[in-house]
Formats: sequence, C-alpha cells, structure tokens
Amino acid sequence: MSVSQRLSEKKGGTVSHFGNARNWENQRDILFVLLQKELKVRYNNKLLGYLWSIANPLASAFVYFVAFKILMRINVPDYPLILISSVFPWQWMSNSIGSSPNMFVGNSSIIKKVNFPRNIVPLCMVSNHMIHFLMSVPVITLFLFMYGRAPTLTWLYGVPLLVMVHFAMAYGIALTLASLNLFFRDLERLVHIVLNFAFYLTPILYPVETIPERIRHLLVLNPFAPLIISWRELFIYGSFNWAYWLICAGYGALFLTIGTFVYRRLSWKFAEVL
Amino acid sequence: MKEPVVSFYNVSKSYPLYGHIRGVKNFLFDFPRNLTSMKRERFEALQDISFDVYEGEKFGIIGRNGAGKSTTLGLIAGVLAPNRGHVVVRRRVSPLLSLGAGFHPELTGRENVELNGVLLGLTRREIRRKMDEIIEFSELGDFINRPTRVYSSGMVARLGFSVVAHLDPELMLIDEVLGVGDIRFQRKCVEKMKSFKESNVTMVLVTHSVASVMNICDRAMWIDNHQVRMMGNPTEVVEAYAAANGVSIDTRAVNKSAL
Repeated sequence: MSVSQRLSEKKGGTVSHFGNARNWENQRDILFVLLQKELKVRYNNKLLGYLWSIANPLASAFVYFVAFKILMRINVPDYPLILISSVFPWQWMSNSIGSSPNMFVGNSSIIKKVNFPRNIVPLCMVSNHMIHFLMSVPVITLFLFMYGRAPTLTWLYGVPLLVMVHFAMAYGIALTLASLNLFFRDLERLVHIVLNFAFYLTPILYPVETIPERIRHLLVLNPFAPLIISWRELFIYGSFNWAYWLICAGYGALFLTIGTFVYRRLSWKFAEVL
Repeated sequence: MKEPVVSFYNVSKSYPLYGHIRGVKNFLFDFPRNLTSMKRERFEALQDISFDVYEGEKFGIIGRNGAGKSTTLGLIAGVLAPNRGHVVVRRRVSPLLSLGAGFHPELTGRENVELNGVLLGLTRREIRRKMDEIIEFSELGDFINRPTRVYSSGMVARLGFSVVAHLDPELMLIDEVLGVGDIRFQRKCVEKMKSFKESNVTMVLVTHSVASVMNICDRAMWIDNHQVRMMGNPTEVVEAYAAANGVSIDTRAVNKSAL
C-alpha cells in the first residue's frame, strides 16, 4: 500500500504494486534480523564485544579527565562523574549521527534491487547504538557507587522518558542525513565538522554552572544541550527536569517530522542515484 | 492467456545526470547552473515501452549493454518510478540479488538465508519452515554454518538462488547471475525453473546468455536503443538479435540444459 502511494506521488508516471504489501510481522522481522546481524557481527566473542562497546567511551572519558582535571586542573567537584554521565549518552547520539550519512550509500546493493521499507536501515542503526548505551548504564552505576552515590527511583520513569526523546532526535536526524547524503555525497565531512562543534558547545566536558550566566539561556538553542544536561542530572542527582524534557521532546518531534518528510520526498529516487 | 502479472503501458524512464551535484560544496557554488542543467541533461533509459507478462510465464529480456534491461527490472521491482506511463505489478516480487548482494560476509549461510528472506518480504517463521529445503538444494553441506566470506562466488550464487527459489516466489526477477554456478548446479537451476511452470511462478529474466533465453523462456523481448525492437518466440528473437549484432549463432546447437 505504502509502496504504490509513495511512488505515485511523482508526477507523470505511476507504479501500482498489488500483492507486494508487507505485513507488520515482516517489518518487525526485518528490524529484528538486521539488529541481530549488527549485534552478531560485533559480539562474535560475547564478553570481548561488550568490553569493546564500553571501552571506547570509557577511554575518551579517561583522556578528558587527564587533560582537564590533571593537566588543566579545573576545579569541578566529582569531575569523573560529570564526564561519565554525559559521555555515554553523547556517544549514542554522535555515533548515530556520524554513521548515518553512510547508511543508504553503504547498503546500495540491496536498495537498488529490493523494495523494502528503507527507513528500517537507519532505525536499526539507532536502535543498535541505543542497546550499547543501555548496556553501559551498569558502568555509570558503578561510578556512582564509587563516588558514594546510588541510583534513585526517578530512574524508573526518567530513563525510559529520556531514551524516548533521545531516540526520536537521533532517528530523525539520521533519517534526514542518510537520505540527503545520496544526493550530496560530501555531507559526511560536513556532519563531522558540525558534530565537533556540537560536542564542545554541549555541556559534556563541563558542568552547566561554568557557563557564564548571561549566555546560559542560549543553551536551549542547542538541541543536544538540554538532553545531555537531563541525562547528567538524572544519573548524578536523580532529578528529572520536566522543562528540559519537554524541550527535547519538541526537538525530537521536529527532527522526526523533517526526517520523514525528506525521506518520503526522496525515497523513490534512491535507486536512481545509487 | 491468463491475466497479466506485469503490465507496462507506454513507460518512459529517464535519469537526470546527477553527476554534477554530487556535493554540497559544488551545489552551493554553482547553484543557478546546476538548476538548469539538472532539468536539461537527462539520460533516456526507456522510451515508450509497453508489454505484458502473464501468470506463469518465463519472460526473457535481451539487449546490448545499457539498452535499459536493468531499468526495466528496477521498475518491476518498484525501486524506480517511471517518468511517463504506468507500471502495474500484481504479485509479490522476489528479486534474485546478484551475487549475494543481500548477504553479509560475516554472517553464516544460515543467518544470511534469514536476512535475505526477510528483505524479500517473508517472515522469520516462514523462512524457518523452508530452511532445510534451502540448505539441501544449495548443496553447501557444512559450509552453511560458516561465514559467507569464505564462500566461493559459485557457492554464494547457489545459496542466493536457493533462497529465492524456495521462498514461495510469485514473480521472480533474475538479472544475469546464474552463470557462476558449476555445470551440475546450472542443470539443477534449469530443472527448478522448469518446475515453476506447473506452479504458476512468473519469471522475468535479464541475460546475455543465449542458452538461458532459449532453454528457460517462453517468450523473449529484445530491447534495442531503449525501445522494444522485437517480442515473441525466444529462438526467433535470439536469432534476430544475434544477426543484428553481427554474431552468427547456430541456435540448434545450443546445449539444452545450459544457462
């Protein structure tokens, strides 16, 4: 159904496919099998695979700690906690965005031949990074214990709610970039530059309190800032910031809309340009 | 005959030559020129093509490189949209992916069967039911549990064909991939395809192999210069096609079980 509708939006020619409709079970299975594939390829050796997935963010956190706490000697209490609580969520976001331009280009051989809902490819990629993030929550907890803190009951609703908006933002951006990158192949370089900017403009390496008071309200213009701050406050202090969550939800809805719109407009051209 | 499964009504397909807007940088710096050139520079792949493929038919498409054969398959598969005309497809399409395009090299053959199956529109339950048959037909033996990166190209093709052939295809699209199997497997493919005749599986085959067209197809279409040049009896079409290209072949001498 969606196939014939999507293709006939194009002026001029039409394509009508009957009997090609995929049922819900098939769509679920595509997602499941693709996800399983990613995890299997990555975790062939189960324990080692898990260690690798947390080693990378952990190593970056360690490097930041050495650079800023030991060498630059910034005066922030519980600095390792500040880092750990934001580096892991940021890793989910930046990995999703960073690998998204290559999502459709990298799967060109299937996209050119088979008519399947292609948005499942970025959906699967973002879910994959989400699973890695969720598996790192025990590591964050471990650090909390080391600094005399503990998870709170707020996590029970805070984590799912933040995962939801985080997922919506990441998937919306990924879908947009994956679709656009087919037409502008140098988008990938641009994305990495912007991601680099975003990394330093988002309170990841520093707490919100160090930002000068008069420009602190500008933070909400950076979609990632309220999200990362929310994660940090939830992890360290067990507090859930509803105002920030609503802002994130707004950004999530916006990105999802843009992504769906761009994908719908361009998807029938995918096979042409690959 | 029976109802058409695939119908092309005056279908034209042209591609814009996207080459010059390949990057954000070029696009921004050359904006006005790009916009006009995008409208003008188009590559005509198909011009006003009409044909029907009927239920249970084995339909061959031949033609020179770049004549528009693969574009035709892309239109049937629903990955391309025509610029003019209508394409109507009335069955579930199962494209045979060239040389395991849907395979991931790190996954085992068995896992790849599942991956390919869901992409082709089946559910995991349906695939599991057919798994043993697929493995047996592919003759991969113990290799089925090894990652496909260690497979030879013939083995990949065998598994790819087994998947498509066993997952209840309704409309099979085959784009020049069967030649890599060894001689015994080729015969097996021919037999399998002939068995589809009784089970009403429709097949559209794009190939350069004269033998394939003559041995498998009931009808053939010759696309020349983006238009239908000839359609009808496979042997006659092949003879005309060969003659037009200055190649003389003796169609009676073609091996009846080759691909």
